[in-house]
Amino acid sequence: MTSIDFSRKTVEMIDVVKKFGDFVANDRISLTVHKGEVHALLGENGAGKTTLMNCLYGLYRPTEGKIRINGKEVVITDPNVAIHHGIGMVHQHFKLVEPFTVTQNIILGQETTKMMGILDLAAAEKKVSEISEKYGLTVDPRAKIEDISVGSQQRVEILKALYRGAEILILDEPTAVLTPGEIQELVTIIRNLTAEGKTIIIITHKLHEIKQVADYCTIIRRGKFIDTVEVAGVTEHELASKMVGREVSFAVDKRPAQRGERVLAIENLVVKDNRGIQVVNGLSLDLHKGEILGIAGVDGNGQSELIEALMGLRKVQSGRIRMRDKDITNASPKQIISEHSICSIPEDRQKRGLVMEFDVAENLILENYQRRPFSERGVLDHQEIYKFADQCIMEFDVRPQDAQMTAKSLSGGNQQKVIIAREVSNDPEVLVASQPTRGLDVGAIEYVHRALVEQRDRGKAVLLISFELDEIINVSDRIAVIFEGRIVGEVDAENADENNIGLMMAGGRV
Amino acid sequence: MKFTAAALKEKILKGSLGFTLISMVFGFSLGAIVLLVAGFNPIQAYWEILKGIFSKPKYMSYVIIYATPLIITGLSVAFALRTGLFNIGAEGQYIMGAMTAAAAGYFFKLPMVLHVVVAVALAVMIAALWGGIAGYLKARFGVNEVISTIMLNWTALYLSNFAITIDAFGRSGTGKTYTIQDTAFIDILGHWKRTPEGIEFLRNHPMLWDILKSPVNLGFIFAILLAVMVWYILNKTTLGYELRAVGHNPFAAEAGGINVKRSMVVSMFIAGGLAGAAGAFQVLGVSHRIAKLAVMEGYGFDGIAVSLIGNNTGPGCLLSGLLFGALKYGGSKIQDAMNAPTEVINIMIGTIIIFVAMPKLIRLILTYKSRRGVK
Ligand SMILES: Nc1ncnc2c1ncn2[C@@H]1O[C@H](COP(=O)(O)OP(=O)(O)OP(=O)(O)O)[C@@H](O)[C@H]1O
Ligand SMILES: [Mg+2]
Repeated sequence: MTSIDFSRKTVEMIDVVKKFGDFVANDRISLTVHKGEVHALLGENGAGKTTLMNCLYGLYRPTEGKIRINGKEVVITDPNVAIHHGIGMVHQHFKLVEPFTVTQNIILGQETTKMMGILDLAAAEKKVSEISEKYGLTVDPRAKIEDISVGSQQRVEILKALYRGAEILILDEPTAVLTPGEIQELVTIIRNLTAEGKTIIIITHKLHEIKQVADYCTIIRRGKFIDTVEVAGVTEHELASKMVGREVSFAVDKRPAQRGERVLAIENLVVKDNRGIQVVNGLSLDLHKGEILGIAGVDGNGQSELIEALMGLRKVQSGRIRMRDKDITNASPKQIISEHSICSIPEDRQKRGLVMEFDVAENLILENYQRRPFSERGVLDHQEIYKFADQCIMEFDVRPQDAQMTAKSLSGGNQQKVIIAREVSNDPEVLVASQPTRGLDVGAIEYVHRALVEQRDRGKAVLLISFELDEIINVSDRIAVIFEGRIVGEVDAENADENNIGLMMAGGRV
Repeated sequence: MKFTAAALKEKILKGSLGFTLISMVFGFSLGAIVLLVAGFNPIQAYWEILKGIFSKPKYMSYVIIYATPLIITGLSVAFALRTGLFNIGAEGQYIMGAMTAAAAGYFFKLPMVLHVVVAVALAVMIAALWGGIAGYLKARFGVNEVISTIMLNWTALYLSNFAITIDAFGRSGTGKTYTIQDTAFIDILGHWKRTPEGIEFLRNHPMLWDILKSPVNLGFIFAILLAVMVWYILNKTTLGYELRAVGHNPFAAEAGGINVKRSMVVSMFIAGGLAGAAGAFQVLGVSHRIAKLAVMEGYGFDGIAVSLIGNNTGPGCLLSGLLFGALKYGGSKIQDAMNAPTEVINIMIGTIIIFVAMPKLIRLILTYKSRRGVK
């Protein structure tokens, strides 16, 4: 906006090439960012955005190309050098130590010590709360990471970079996990930061966010530089087609639902979180064949615990879950998946969804390795396993098309596609999708939404949990609003009113 | 995956094999410095070791005999590690296996092959249960397996020493048990080589005679089979798939329907059985009895290093176990040849091994930690 100082180029990446073996993830990409500028990076899943930023942050060494920071050519060998140059990065997948507290995580590696190296936690905590107040990044400095929501963890990551005095802040898909309200807060934070002369590079798949916060946008397609545009001069549609290289449709096109009999009934469910606090408080819910039921709500209102309880990963304190009139309360995950045919796309893909060290093919059989044709009498049939993987890769457009690639080396969006391929190809009676499009590009989102609708059209039930109201309203047939562990309202998606739902999500009465 | 020259080079540079080779070079250099500091010519010392390993068939068979239990305890540690469990308890499981095999070998009166089968099966079973206890404690009560296996090691040691004091089993006053029945021996041509025909025959075949001077036994063949079995289970079976999934990411494994707790018990059970087999083969093939233990013999602990150097794979343990066996046996040769005290030799071997294993140990500890905490 107005804070850009065009006379000062803080970041210049010139013809950067990054190869992984024979694979070229970044193919001569150039990027110039000025002081006080918000620069967006846009590209499909696997386009190479994270890789490029990892080169800037010193996590990867570019194969070719130059990097200049504040006009001086630098070689960033590791993140410490990057931090030294004032570069901070908030990763797509957080790198927090779960059993540690918020403050401990923030000061990790930068500990303030009193005499003789004793940790000065009090001073650190004070500084943390100062920064967090200054930018409106509300977190409880003493809470443990494993006990706070994904959204709060994200705020911790941002705080951590600021704590280290970052002047150039790289945000890799920061909004993917935030609620609409939190996104607005983040926008304010970003504006405050640029007003102070900080430089922001932001990766996001959400075009309206680019329109809202970014000054310039660089578009990458399959590792190649496409264009850098001034955001004010382009429409969202133009951005999308530049990125994908074809026209994309934002609307979910679907026929009216053919609602069938009830398959899943949740009655008065009570579930506790890790801290032993009751976060699902007598929740009741019905799910029918042939419908997509969307659960709208702000992060941290019991959604995660509800899903974990449903999938047998968390103990149900009281209440009942019935699937096709069989009681499945506290059944094992295996029974729930195989016998009761409920599958889930988990919200935390790296923790619950994938074995990162396994390759794509191995990940694709995680729930079915014991079945034919993947194994017979306890012996795996690798030929069949890889055949199946190749099919999934084709069908779900996982890039690159290599079944032997470890999940770890896939881009975030492609990791998600692997999970979706696995769960959808299970063809479950009930498909639970938590944040299924988080981190996906518009083309891929279109694909996932179509997959969910297809599932519905084949008479299956879909339970969709998303913090994005747009997604809930566009995809669902029926919407239930969750607040403080209860369903506080239900509406038909047809005549859903965004404001009313928003009000209910915040605990208001309509 | 393509196998171009470049890919191969990258494998060696970045891959575990090249890494191991490079650390070995460093390890041996550091070992040389140790010798130098202690006042011995390292070149001569290494030469003596090489001679001590390769110059006679007998020496080589000794290396194999030394290596056999280490390979198998290495497999035990490796197997548990692949499920994310640190089996410090191979030592105790080895002791339980040795004790059971000694008892079964002595008390039972059975025909030849059957006796071996029964003794090994019992030893494996008991040791597997011993390992399984640690797995169960972890799965049921969250007791860290490192702590429980250390305690089980001591329990096993004292149990074994106590058994020797029982009159029917231990020969009183000697601190040893009675020799097991001939039918339970797994020595190769063990009896024949002492009969008149055998001696006569061997006199005309000096090479064979030389080999048979050492207690050659079937243990090494079993070790190879077990290494293949470990590789097969881990990579080719659904069980191995489960265990590896749990080892890498128990949360995803759980969500995928794998019974994580059961996997822990099964993994420790199998690991225990492997270490027990090591003890059994040692008793049936080499010592033929057990003796009172003043301290732990270290077969299980050495297995940790063997597993690490062998990259926690079946074939890897086979190679690193042989390396370990060669160092142990060959190292003892500088004692006679150069009058080097055992302490210096042990420090040298320790330096080499630590250097080869340390980077992997660090990596292991890091991933072990991150599995618990870092996201
Ligand atoms: N360590 C690695 N080894 C091999 N290939 C890799 C590695 N890291 C990334 N890649 C590949 O490089 C490409 C670019 O990945 P990158 O993570 O940069 O994508 P991205 O643009 O951030 O995508 P997303 O929006 O899905 O996060 C992908 O095809 C990915 O599979
Ligand atoms: Mg990315």
